[in-house]
Amino acid sequence: MAEKLSVRNVYKIFGGDVDTALSQLENGETKETIFAETGMTVGVQDANFTVNEGEIFVIMGLSGSGKSTLVRMLNGLIEPSSGEILIDGDDVAKADTNKLRKIRRSKLAMVFQHFALFPHKTVADNVAYGLKVKGVGRSERRERALKALGQVGLRPHADTYTSELSGGMQQRVGLARGLATESDILLMDEPFSALDPLIRRDMQGELLELQRSLQKTIIFITHDLDEALILGDRIAIMKDGRIVQTGTARQIVDEPADDYVAAFTQDIDRARVLTAETAAVEPEALRYGEATVGEALRRMEELDRNALFVTDNGKPVGVVAYRDLVADGHDREAKLADERMCTDFPTVPHGTSLRDLYGFASSGLPIGIVSDEGKLDRVVEARALFGQLATSPEEEQAAAERSGHDPAQGQAATA
Amino acid sequence: MFSPADIVTIPFGDWVNEFVRGFLVPNFRGFFQTIEVPVEFVMEWLNSFFNWVPMVVFTLVMALIAWRTAGKANAIFAIIALAFVDMIQLWGDTMTTLAMVLTAVVFCAIVGVPVGILAAGSDRFLKVIRPILDIMQTIPSFVYLVPIVMLFGVGSVPGVIATIIFALPPIIRLTNLGIRQVPEDLVEAAESFGSTRWQKLIDVQLPLAMRTIMAGLNQTLMLALSMSVIAALIGAGGLGLVVNTGLGRLDVGRATAGGVGIVIIAIILDRITQGLAERKQVHTTSLWQTLRGFFQSSSSSAKEKQLAEKAG
Ligand SMILES: Nc1ncnc2c1ncn2[C@@H]1O[C@H](COP(=O)(O)OP(=O)(O)OP(=O)(O)O)[C@@H](O)[C@H]1O
Ligand SMILES: [Mg+2]
Repeated sequence: MAEKLSVRNVYKIFGGDVDTALSQLENGETKETIFAETGMTVGVQDANFTVNEGEIFVIMGLSGSGKSTLVRMLNGLIEPSSGEILIDGDDVAKADTNKLRKIRRSKLAMVFQHFALFPHKTVADNVAYGLKVKGVGRSERRERALKALGQVGLRPHADTYTSELSGGMQQRVGLARGLATESDILLMDEPFSALDPLIRRDMQGELLELQRSLQKTIIFITHDLDEALILGDRIAIMKDGRIVQTGTARQIVDEPADDYVAAFTQDIDRARVLTAETAAVEPEALRYGEATVGEALRRMEELDRNALFVTDNGKPVGVVAYRDLVADGHDREAKLADERMCTDFPTVPHGTSLRDLYGFASSGLPIGIVSDEGKLDRVVEARALFGQLATSPEEEQAAAERSGHDPAQGQAATA
Repeated sequence: MFSPADIVTIPFGDWVNEFVRGFLVPNFRGFFQTIEVPVEFVMEWLNSFFNWVPMVVFTLVMALIAWRTAGKANAIFAIIALAFVDMIQLWGDTMTTLAMVLTAVVFCAIVGVPVGILAAGSDRFLKVIRPILDIMQTIPSFVYLVPIVMLFGVGSVPGVIATIIFALPPIIRLTNLGIRQVPEDLVEAAESFGSTRWQKLIDVQLPLAMRTIMAGLNQTLMLALSMSVIAALIGAGGLGLVVNTGLGRLDVGRATAGGVGIVIIAIILDRITQGLAERKQVHTTSLWQTLRGFFQSSSSSAKEKQLAEKAG
């Protein structure tokens, strides 16, 4: 995988005398003592990481840990005190105004926590903003804005004002604005934090779904571990401006680098206890060689799912996604053939723990649970996975009992 | 009783005289006279325009503007009030005052909005101009007249220039305030997509500050009107002159008539500008936009229908 973004030894000190603070940091003084002695705030210290093309890189940490500062340095909204930020080899940290503007216009787009939509512009004009800034002509702008709005399912609202939309819809507009410029990198600073849990879950699922076809490089900020684990191909955990661990969801949960990370992941133990079955539903699979495109679309609409498995004699042979079927040919009578299916789909055996599904969820496809003979028994939708993590322990217990699995027993086993 | 003046007296007045007569006037006379040129041009033009437009036409246009911006009641008020002004035989003076006031407001906006924008963009610049604005607003308006007369002479144009200086601070202050009040994350959003300063200003900051700027314009307008009586002391015409001559001749009736004229103009203009400021808050789609939206959505939905047909 190609390296898209690379952050090397980046520091940000808020306050006057940056050099003093930097040398104090070198001498091993902490963020608190520096603040107490000099009144300067250490926003980010010695950040190092690289992000690969097409990857979702999650930066996670508690409030005040420096996540926003870090992500704002990536597009130059905040100038780093020292260090290098390379995007395709160009150093953002050293770029002058013109260069920086060019990089922002062509390579970076940002989605904000509180949406930051322009109240005096229509939805379509909001989405087209990045294009307007670049000097794209009016009609092309509108066309591309409508395309981006289509991707987030808001095309019918193109000519309303943003204040008329719900929070979830507003953030879809924010996302569409980020997508419209077709920049390679999407910076998302806690994009879903301001949304209701239910809507948040939808948006997470939808982001994964979109990412499957867009393959953008996404830097995603969150303070929610569940969100981090499920969305992130890799996760960086920040504390007091420092990145304390970078790794995949599994590495973070299984091998926490220190107590701080461990404390974070404690909660997630319940996901270790519960099995995939707790979140599973009937596969409702389509038959290979029989089902048509039209039928597949209808079924997905009825069941409110984004993708369905296709089975041949009970064995899974592929997954069809709503988005793909709608996007390609319009021949609804055609049979589901290989080229319409995604054959690189995730399956797991019975008894797999929920936590082990995290890695698969970021594909945006449903995960199949297969029997020993290789037959598809149940499926877990990415959305359901978020649902599981968001439910309270009591509900969880009930769900576990329903699935014939005793959580207490499981806990005893892991303890 | 002892007082400091027994020991030293300071010839302060002489110093100021010396500064203005000995330095400003000889060195900058040309500069000040060039300032007069555009002011005179705009004012003359407006004055002859307003005096040329028939009273009925003018009243109807004002009523229409008031109706569109401030509602029906204000439109009716405008008609009755302007008819009253005509009946007390002050139409010409009212038009002259209106021309002077609007000239002053135009120049206040031309100078004040850019200065306000600069102040919003630079804390240092704001620190420099804030005390100047404070002084401009606290000095009694009469005091302006002396240096103005020395530099510009007497007449309508110096009167308008005094008005401009007096009425300038609110528009600067509120432009600065309006732009600073634009939410930080909207500015960040604009920047993050690579806007230039100019793009950010035109497309995001000014539209979002417009309501506050209009409030500033409203205050500037009211200050300019309040200055019209004082400006008449240095030879400006219009309703201010009516009031002054009325007072000079102890003709209470005439002075009051002039005052009422000023109040009437003030009320009408205040309503209109306030209406404008409020309207900026909601997005009333204009007729043009509605029509355009209609055609756009119908053509795009037609396209979608075609696609659907092809698909089905
Ligand atoms: N402009 C600024 N001036 C001074 N200190 C700042 C500034 N911006 C951020 N900080 C400080 O830098 C630290 C990191 O802030 P940052 O906003 O990056 O945290 P965060 O991880 O995004 O938190 P949150 O989850 O609350 O958004 C905090 O201690 C904050 O007080
Ligand atoms: Mg933050």
